[in-house]
Amino acid sequence: MTSTFARHLVYVLRDNPVTVVAFGLFLVLVVLGLFGPLLAPYDPLATQAALALQPPNASHWFGTDHLGRDVLSRVIVAARLDLLISVCAVTLSFALGSSLGAVAGFYGGIADRVIGRVADTIMAFPLFVLAMGIVAALGNTVENIVYATAIINLPFYARVARAEVAIRRQAGFVDAARLAGNGELRLLALHIFPNTLPPMMVQVSLNMGWAILNAAGLSFIGLGVRPPTPEWGIMVAEGATYIISGEWWLALFPGAALMLAVFCFNLLGDGLRDLIDPRKRT
Amino acid sequence: MAAALLAVDRLSVSFRTRSGVVKALEEVSFAVGRGEMVGLVGESGSGKSVSAYAVMGIQDPAARITGGTMHYSGVDLTAASERDLQDLRGCEMSMIFQSPRTALNPIRTIGRQIADVLLRHSGATTRTARDKAVEALAQVRITDPARRYGAYPFELSGGMCQRVMIAMALACDPQLLILDEPTTGLDVTTQAAIMDLVQELCRARNMGALLITHDLHMAADYCDRLVVMHAGHVVESAAVATLLSNPRHPYTAGLIAATPAPDRGLEAITSIPGSLPDLRGTLPPCRYRQRCTRALPACDLPGLAMTELDTGHLVKCRNPL
Amino acid sequence: MATRSRLGLVARRLAGAIPSIIGVVVVTFVLTRALPGDPAAYFAGAAADAESIEAVRHQLGLDRSLPEQFVGYVVALAQGDLGTSVSSGRPVTIELAERLPASIELTGLGLLFALMVAIPLGVLAATRPNSWVDHLCRVVVTAGVSLPTFFSGLFLVYVFYYLLGWAPSPLGRLDFIYLPPPQVTGFYTVDALLAGDTETFFAALRQLVLPALTLGLFALAPIARMTRGSMIQVLSGDFVRTARAMGLRRRTVLITYALRNALLPVITTLGMVFSFLLGSNVLVEKVFSWPGVGSWAIEGLIASDYAAVQGFVLTMAMLFIAVNLAIDVLYTLIDPRLGMDG
Repeated sequence: MTSTFARHLVYVLRDNPVTVVAFGLFLVLVVLGLFGPLLAPYDPLATQAALALQPPNASHWFGTDHLGRDVLSRVIVAARLDLLISVCAVTLSFALGSSLGAVAGFYGGIADRVIGRVADTIMAFPLFVLAMGIVAALGNTVENIVYATAIINLPFYARVARAEVAIRRQAGFVDAARLAGNGELRLLALHIFPNTLPPMMVQVSLNMGWAILNAAGLSFIGLGVRPPTPEWGIMVAEGATYIISGEWWLALFPGAALMLAVFCFNLLGDGLRDLIDPRKRT
Repeated sequence: MAAALLAVDRLSVSFRTRSGVVKALEEVSFAVGRGEMVGLVGESGSGKSVSAYAVMGIQDPAARITGGTMHYSGVDLTAASERDLQDLRGCEMSMIFQSPRTALNPIRTIGRQIADVLLRHSGATTRTARDKAVEALAQVRITDPARRYGAYPFELSGGMCQRVMIAMALACDPQLLILDEPTTGLDVTTQAAIMDLVQELCRARNMGALLITHDLHMAADYCDRLVVMHAGHVVESAAVATLLSNPRHPYTAGLIAATPAPDRGLEAITSIPGSLPDLRGTLPPCRYRQRCTRALPACDLPGLAMTELDTGHLVKCRNPL
Repeated sequence: MATRSRLGLVARRLAGAIPSIIGVVVVTFVLTRALPGDPAAYFAGAAADAESIEAVRHQLGLDRSLPEQFVGYVVALAQGDLGTSVSSGRPVTIELAERLPASIELTGLGLLFALMVAIPLGVLAATRPNSWVDHLCRVVVTAGVSLPTFFSGLFLVYVFYYLLGWAPSPLGRLDFIYLPPPQVTGFYTVDALLAGDTETFFAALRQLVLPALTLGLFALAPIARMTRGSMIQVLSGDFVRTARAMGLRRRTVLITYALRNALLPVITTLGMVFSFLLGSNVLVEKVFSWPGVGSWAIEGLIASDYAAVQGFVLTMAMLFIAVNLAIDVLYTLIDPRLGMDG
C-alpha cells in the first residue's frame, strides 16, 4: 500500500517536474513567512527621503519606493501577512464549510436543503463583490478581510464535502462500522470524514491561491491593511501611481511575488489532484 | 471466389503508449469479395476492430502502420492521402458501429446527419439531400421517415438508431460495408432483425461486407467465410462450414467449444485457459503458445506462417488438429 | 409537443431564479441592518452629527422592528429605491444607472475577447495534444488564473503606454479632447457609431482596449481549460468516430460535430467566469480610472458611503443572476435533450 503510493508519487513527480518546482516555491514561501523579518536586509518601514524612487541597484536589489523604503525588504516581510490572511481564511472556511457539507451529505433532508440554500445564496453573488460588501458591513479591518474571504469560499468546501460524504454514506466499510456499534455522529467524524480529506486537500490548495488573490485585491482597493504596513496588494496600489511615469519596480516586485505565490498554490493543487486522482488529469 | 474487393495483406499495426509499443496487429491478411460477407471473429482485444479501423483509415493517432498493404478495388489504401481516404469513406466503403445511440451525434437530428453524408459525397444539394435522406430512412424500414427526419437520437430506441446508422452508411451506395459488433447493446429480438436487414441489403446491392463479432454463432449464421483472430494474429480462415466442422487451429477449436449451441448442453461448454498475452515487448512466433495444450518445442522457432491445408483453408499452426 | 415542454422548461428556469433573488435581497438586508453597531450612523456617513443620524434612523425606519424594516426595504427595492448616496446626496439608483453602461461595455468586451481567444486555443490544444499549442494553452491556463488582474493591468499600461506609447493614458473612457457622443445606449463605442462619429468611436475603442484585454486575460483561462477538456472528451466520442468513418470533412467533424457538443459544458461555466469578471471589473476600473460602478463603489467604501456600497452589491448580484438565467435559458434552447423528459 505504502510502496504503491510511493511509486505513484515518484511517477507523478517524474512525469510532472513542474510540481517539484511548485513544492520548492512553497518551501520558500513558508521560510519567508516564518523568518521574513530576519531575512529582510533593511527595515521595511524605514524611510529615507534622499533615496526615494531609486531603480534596482546593488544595495537595493528591488529598488526603493517613493519614501525611500527598500522594496525587497517590504516584499519579504509582506509574505507573512499575505500568507497569514489567506491561511486563516482558508482554515476558517475549510473547518466551517466541510462540517456543514458533511452534515448535509450525511443526514440529507432538511439540513441538506438549508445548507444547500445558504451555499447557493452565497454563490448567487459575484464573490469578490460580496466580499467588498461584507467588509463594508463589518468594518474596514484586517480581521474582517479574513472573515469575508472565508465566507465567499465556504460554498466550495461545503459542496466538495457534501458530495464526498454522500458517496461514502452507504459504503461497505461504513456499514461495517455501523454494525460494530458506532453511533451516527462518531461514524461521520471518525470513519467517513477522514476519507474525504484527500479531495478536500486538493480543494484547499487550489483555494489558497484564490484566497491570496482575493485578500490582495481587497487591500489593493484600500480595504483592510493600512499603510505603511507592507502587504503585496497595497504595495502594488502604491506603485500603480508611478507606473505611468516609468517607475516600474514599485509595483512589479510585489505583484510578481503575489503572482508566484498564487501560481505555486495552483500548481501544487494540480499536482495533488494528479496524485490523488490520476483520472482527472487535464 | 469473386475478385477481391478488399485485400489486406500482411498488415502490421503498432501503438505507441506510455508503457511501450503495443504490437496490436502482426502480418494480418484477409480478403473480402463482392457479394460476400466475411466474419472477423475472436476475443475482445484480438485486433478485430483495429484491423477495421486501419482499413477505414480512422485509427487512433497513436497507431502506426508498420508493414503490409491494403487494397480496395485496386486502390492502395496504405499509400492514399488522408484526402483521398476521406473521399472513399462513407462513399465507397462505409462502417457501422456498436452502441448506435452513442454513435450518433446527440444534438443533431438524424435526418441532418444522413444529409451531411449525402452532401459530402453524392453531390446532392441542400434541397435534394433532405429527400434522399428520407428515402434512405425508408429503405431501412423506418416507419414515417419524413417525420423521423427531425428526430434526435435520444428520442429513438437502440434498434431504431442502428437502422439510422445503416441508412447513413448505405446512403451513398458503398461497395464495402464494415460492421463493427453491430448488435452489441441491442435487445436479442432486435439483433436478428438488424442482421437480417443488413444481409438483405448487402445481397440486393451485391456488396462486400466484413462482420466483426465475438459471437461465433452470429458469424456462422450470416457469413460465408470466417477469419479467426487471436492476439493480433490471424490464426485460421476458411469457409464457414469447413471451419465449424473441421477447425484445425487449437484456438478455433477452443472458441467453438466455448460457444453455446442448441444441440449441446451448457455443461459441454469449456472455456479457453489463460487470457490474451501482453502485446508489448518481444513476443513468441505463436502468440497462442502459452495457452495451448498442443504446444511443441518447435513452436518457439521463428518463421511461423499461414499454410494452406486445404483449398481456401489457411492455418497458422505448427501442430494443427 | 417538444416546443411546449421546452417553453415549460424555460419557465421553470425562470422560476428557479426566484430563490436566488430572495436570498440576495435577504443577505443585503442582513448585511446592512442586522449587524452589530448602529446602521443609522453608517448610512448617515462619517461626518454626521447626532441629529442627522436620528433623521436617517427615522427615514430608513430603523426605529421599527426588523420584520417591519424588511418589508419597508423590499417595498423600496420594488420601487427602484436604493437610498441616497451620502457623498453626492443623489439617489443611488440614478448614480448606478449613469455608471453601469461604462462597466457593462468594458466587461462585455473583455468577455468577447476572452471567448475569441480561449475557444480556438482550447480547440487547437485538444486536436493537437502535446504540440506547442497544447503547451501554450496549459501555460496560459495556469498563468491566467494566477495573475492578479490589477497587476496584469498595470503591466499592460507600463508596456503599451509608457514603453511603446501605443495606448492612450489609462484615465477613463475618453481622452479629454473628445466629447462623449450623444447618449443612446450609454456605450460610448455604440453611441459614437450611431452618431456616425468614427473618430470618437476609435478614441473610445482605444481607451477600451487595454482594460478589456486585462479582463479578458483573466477570463480566458477557465474558458480555455474547459474548452480543451470538453473538446478532448467529445473528440474521443463514438459519434465523432462515426462522422470520420462517413468521410465528412475535417472541418465539419471538428466544428459541426465536435465543437457544438463541446461548447455545451463551456456555456455552463460561463456563469462562474462572469462571477470572476464582475469582481475583477472593480479592480480593473480602479487601475484604469474607469468611471464605472466598480470605481464608484470603491469611492463609496473609502468614504463609508453605505447606501452606495449596498446598492452596488445588490445591483451586481442581480446582474449576475440575470446572466446566469440567460445562460440557463440559452442552454435549454440549444440542447435538444433537455425539455423532453426532464
